[in-house]
Amino acid sequence: MSENLEKFYYDNKIVKMFAYATILWGVVGMLVGLLVAFQIYLPAANFNLEFTTFGRTRPLHTNAVIFAFVGNGIFTGVYYSLQRLLKTRMWSDKLSMINFWGWQSIIVVAAVTLLMGFTTSKEYAELEWPVDIAITIIWVVFGWNMFATILKRRERHLYVAIWFYIATFVTVAVLHIVNSLAFPVSFMKSYPVYAGVQDALVQWWYGHNAVAFFLTTPYLGLMYYFVPKAVKRPVYSYRLSIIHFWALIFLYIWAGPHHLLYTSLPGWVQTLGVVFSIMLIAPSWGGMINGLLTMRGAWDRVRDSAVLKFFVVAITAYGMSTFEGPLLSLKSVNAISHFTDWTIAHVHIGALGWNGFLTFGMIYWLIPRMFKTELHSQKLANAHFWIGTIGILFYALPLYWAGFTQYLMWQEFTADGFLAYPNFLETVTQIKPMYAMRSVGGTLYFTGVLLFVFNIWKTVKAGTFEANEAAEAPALTSSYEGSLSDHWHRVIERKPIRMLIFALVVILIGGAVEMVPTFLVKSNIPTIEAVKPYTPLELQGRDIYIKEGCNNCHSQMIRPFRHEVERYGEYTKSGETVYNHPHLWGSKRTGPDLAREGSKKLRKSHSWHFNHMYDPTSMSPGSVMPRYPWLLSKTIDNGSTTTKMAVMQKLGVPYTDEEIKSGKADLEVQAEKIAAELQEQGVKEADASKEIIALIAYLQRLGTDIEKSAK
Amino acid sequence: MLKFVKHTMESIDGIAIFPIISFVIFFSFFVGLLVWVFRTDKNYLSHVESLPFKEDN
Repeated sequence: MSENLEKFYYDNKIVKMFAYATILWGVVGMLVGLLVAFQIYLPAANFNLEFTTFGRTRPLHTNAVIFAFVGNGIFTGVYYSLQRLLKTRMWSDKLSMINFWGWQSIIVVAAVTLLMGFTTSKEYAELEWPVDIAITIIWVVFGWNMFATILKRRERHLYVAIWFYIATFVTVAVLHIVNSLAFPVSFMKSYPVYAGVQDALVQWWYGHNAVAFFLTTPYLGLMYYFVPKAVKRPVYSYRLSIIHFWALIFLYIWAGPHHLLYTSLPGWVQTLGVVFSIMLIAPSWGGMINGLLTMRGAWDRVRDSAVLKFFVVAITAYGMSTFEGPLLSLKSVNAISHFTDWTIAHVHIGALGWNGFLTFGMIYWLIPRMFKTELHSQKLANAHFWIGTIGILFYALPLYWAGFTQYLMWQEFTADGFLAYPNFLETVTQIKPMYAMRSVGGTLYFTGVLLFVFNIWKTVKAGTFEANEAAEAPALTSSYEGSLSDHWHRVIERKPIRMLIFALVVILIGGAVEMVPTFLVKSNIPTIEAVKPYTPLELQGRDIYIKEGCNNCHSQMIRPFRHEVERYGEYTKSGETVYNHPHLWGSKRTGPDLAREGSKKLRKSHSWHFNHMYDPTSMSPGSVMPRYPWLLSKTIDNGSTTTKMAVMQKLGVPYTDEEIKSGKADLEVQAEKIAAELQEQGVKEADASKEIIALIAYLQRLGTDIEKSAK
Repeated sequence: MLKFVKHTMESIDGIAIFPIISFVIFFSFFVGLLVWVFRTDKNYLSHVESLPFKEDN
């Protein structure tokens, strides 16, 4: 062995940069999280600015935490562990730097554009098409650097953590590209190629697997590396880790439709989603047990080591949320959780517990190592741990309570058969105290993060950083043939490209089985004769609805429950959304469903909407909806009407060429009509050229199509 | 309730083969996985599971 030892250096600089970025964006993302937590019950906390209103800050929070905080956390851990597991420096320092600066630039651009209102409305995929292209390029740079590093490795076998990294890379690439397919209308505006049910299916196939392959598989890779390192003993069962890996990626990809239970998605796809979600308990818990049992014989050290404490709670949170997830996918449970705060509580067990705590543990372990020193204060790290843990509980428990309370109020009928709480707002004001408690939980968690920042900063100042860490290992002999008796898995796993293809095939099966029939079998989406495309003004109004992020609080999906039909009207049919690029079904009801806002049952006057958008409390005293006064002064972008309709036509919306040609004029005619009606209703300042008119036109259109077919 | 499901199912030609195909795919995937995991060589396992510690010497 020793005769051909090669000397090389691990690149610690890139790891340090990503670790700093993780900390920075963690602080930013959680601070914005805190802001939205306050805004949800104190709407004035939007500072009366369109840029800082909930509909825009909420996507900023989710994107910042997922892609900026956890994303940089992934890169930190991967760049550290990959080099050491393969006994080589990263293939290209230049690519590492492009990966770093590219990712940070995307984050900055994402933050700016989301606040400006550039959004696709698709959850966790809100960024517009130029940013999507940039993400694709940087992700490929990351994958290229990773694979080139794997190819020049000095260790023949790929440790299980690397399999998780490979699956992450390939699956995220597929998810991102398929879900982002869109037709540009202009720079920073596009319409997705999918509509209605299909758009919803693709979106939640993506949305669920963003959780699976961005928040879970890479972090499992980190768990399989950093937990054994911190405990100083190998993983409990390597065999179990193999089963964990293949079973997880095989099953995860099918589970997306559980986000669409009781919607107008074809029933068989919903059932498929449920079945696979239930099966997921097995590999998830296999992984959790494997992680926790790695601590065997070292539990006494958990008392002293903050790193181990963070890991234990992180893995426990993984176990809890992967048990809760399948539970939530059962239709009867989902009826309660969907659209309520239960879901929010659930994802935060994952985000704060699993991702947050694993990241803190990893960085508490990494920074002292790379800076050749001890952690500044174990005591402070322990304090962070306890404040953080209590913060998670204070965050989640009130929201579980809120979710149940609100659902129970939604579905309650009086003895005479009327809704017990016909006014949706009542069910919101009831849970305001829970929202307040949640923001206390968030504040506690964030306080812990500040201790973490201080502790890391002191550690960094006390240590000396080693940018290039020397190491030695023998080169791999290129003549290695393997033997015929080798196990076949050892063969694929020696060949990383083949591993990538296997992982790709496994994840494509699930996606294809769910999507292909939904796209090809016409009877899956029965058409409704009376459903017509939006008028030009309504189309512009819909884009304003998207821009302001209304879908963050208002669903457009009435489920077939007695109480929902009683409250909102006829349940939503898939045929009603065929021209909706994108779908706007939503996933949370902080306000009422709007699918039939314009229907006879729910219709309000134009002036009601006008006054309500100017100041919601004037129409609904006690409302937590923010004010949208800028809609009264901003002018409709009528210049874009023709292009928007032309793009819709290309995507299959049956606008005729004449309709497109007269689009701008038609828009003005309809706007003048609404403005005149508003003036009749006493709104003297109504101006046909303003955005509010388009939004009113859109809201009044919602749910009216099937009324025409009833005639 | 079930009659709706039944009707849709009956209208697909040769549908009986689908559950069998699904069962075969799943059964063989997981049985195959278990078989090779338990047949994996112990020396290999102890080598790979110690990989995170190689740099520590």
